[in-house]
Amino acid sequence: MANWSPYDNNGGTCVAIAGANYCVIAADTRMSTGYSILTRDYSKICKLADKSVMASSGFQADVRALQKVLAARHSIYQHQHNKQMSCPAMAQLLSNTLYYKRFFPYYAFNVLGGLDNEGKGCVFTYDAVGSYERVGYSAQGSGSTLIMPFLDNQLKSPSPLLLPAKDAVTPLSEPEAIDLVKTCFASATERDIYTGDKLEIMVLNVDGIRCEYMELRKD
Amino acid sequence: MFRNQYDTDVTTWSPQGRLFQVEYAMEAVKQGSAAIGLRSKTHVVLASVNKAQSELSSHQKKIFKADEHIGVAIAGLTADGRVLSRYMRSECINYSYTYESPLPVGRLVVQLADKAQVCTQRSWKRPYGVGLLVAGLDESGAHLYYNCPSGNYFEYQAFAIGSRSQAAKTYLERRFESFISSSREDLLRDALFALRETLQGEKLKSSICTVAVVGAGEAFHILDNETVQGLIDAFEIVGEEVPATEEGGAADEPAADQSAPAEEVPAPMDI
Repeated sequence: MANWSPYDNNGGTCVAIAGANYCVIAADTRMSTGYSILTRDYSKICKLADKSVMASSGFQADVRALQKVLAARHSIYQHQHNKQMSCPAMAQLLSNTLYYKRFFPYYAFNVLGGLDNEGKGCVFTYDAVGSYERVGYSAQGSGSTLIMPFLDNQLKSPSPLLLPAKDAVTPLSEPEAIDLVKTCFASATERDIYTGDKLEIMVLNVDGIRCEYMELRKD
Repeated sequence: MFRNQYDTDVTTWSPQGRLFQVEYAMEAVKQGSAAIGLRSKTHVVLASVNKAQSELSSHQKKIFKADEHIGVAIAGLTADGRVLSRYMRSECINYSYTYESPLPVGRLVVQLADKAQVCTQRSWKRPYGVGLLVAGLDESGAHLYYNCPSGNYFEYQAFAIGSRSQAAKTYLERRFESFISSSREDLLRDALFALRETLQGEKLKSSICTVAVVGAGEAFHILDNETVQGLIDAFEIVGEEVPATEEGGAADEPAADQSAPAEEVPAPMDI
């Protein structure tokens, strides 16, 4: 009993890439505990608003609770403002919600993707207590250490020290971004035992949201 | 009713067993502009008259969405109505959060009624001065309820509240038996006709009324002005005659090809 923990890590990896007029959010569908697999078919991605989609890895019970809180807050927002929340607004809300539980955090590693008010893709990446930043691409979860360096190499995000300040958006086409994501996961699946089974990809653009799936190695 | 020595506090009974403050609160509902509700087996329609204070100001908002499946029309002190609709929204969200399913309309209405009752039994409070027509759809079907300031509530097939609502009620009383099997379009038509009754001759146009629908597969939403004007045009062309209860085709098309046999049902104006 002395070793009881309120947390568990259900593993998994999440990735998001922002484009000029689209955003790709992807996560594997494996849910595990310790060295066991709980299910091969669990979605880590949640549509929070028309233009905001969140993918979260970590402790899925906390992830689910977080998704519910954000959904309820979004309902309130819609009643009060008569419109959906924008992605940057949702990003701030997520940050505040995470920090609210600073001293008993949501064990959730989030990546929020969507379209900003100008229709450009945006990705926000978080730690467990709400520290966040808008970026062009990000990976979170058990495979993030394998994927992030690869994305850095491929997407050549300009240094923030450069002048003039560069856009946070990567110059990739939508099919190229989706292909890149599939490559990332195929690689991560090889070496990360917690990532695999199936890949769920959500693509947000001016036409709406669509979902794609790809099989991954099941070992 | 007149002023008397038992009407100062809501916590004072009259010798006849009446709470005058509660009754005065019901009066406030009668002074508000009209709101109408009707329901069929699958849809509920709410309609209200939206009078603006002056030409310069905007219209009072009288119909509120509480959740995807519940909406409310109010008559009386609209500020009280706003507060109560915020309460309804909050209750719907909390229930959805806990049970991952929509709040049954009957449950919400009871909670509203209990909230209203509290205000009739506290010396430091006053009753809510607003009547609510709650329209919603849940597992047990389509529902229309009326919540009074007194804390009572009733379920209705069709109802009207607010000023000159009696005219609308008379119209509805004659036709309510057919509502349960009405189509969505017929319900809307009847709602607009009933609303017209409360206007006493003033021309019905979409700028002075609000119409909202909720139904099977259709979330609660307020119809926009063009849609409402289209519906009004569709039956105003028919003229003073009462529309046929059979399917009258798309409401937006001109009614030139619709026949309206009105022999057995007298036109509303004739009564």
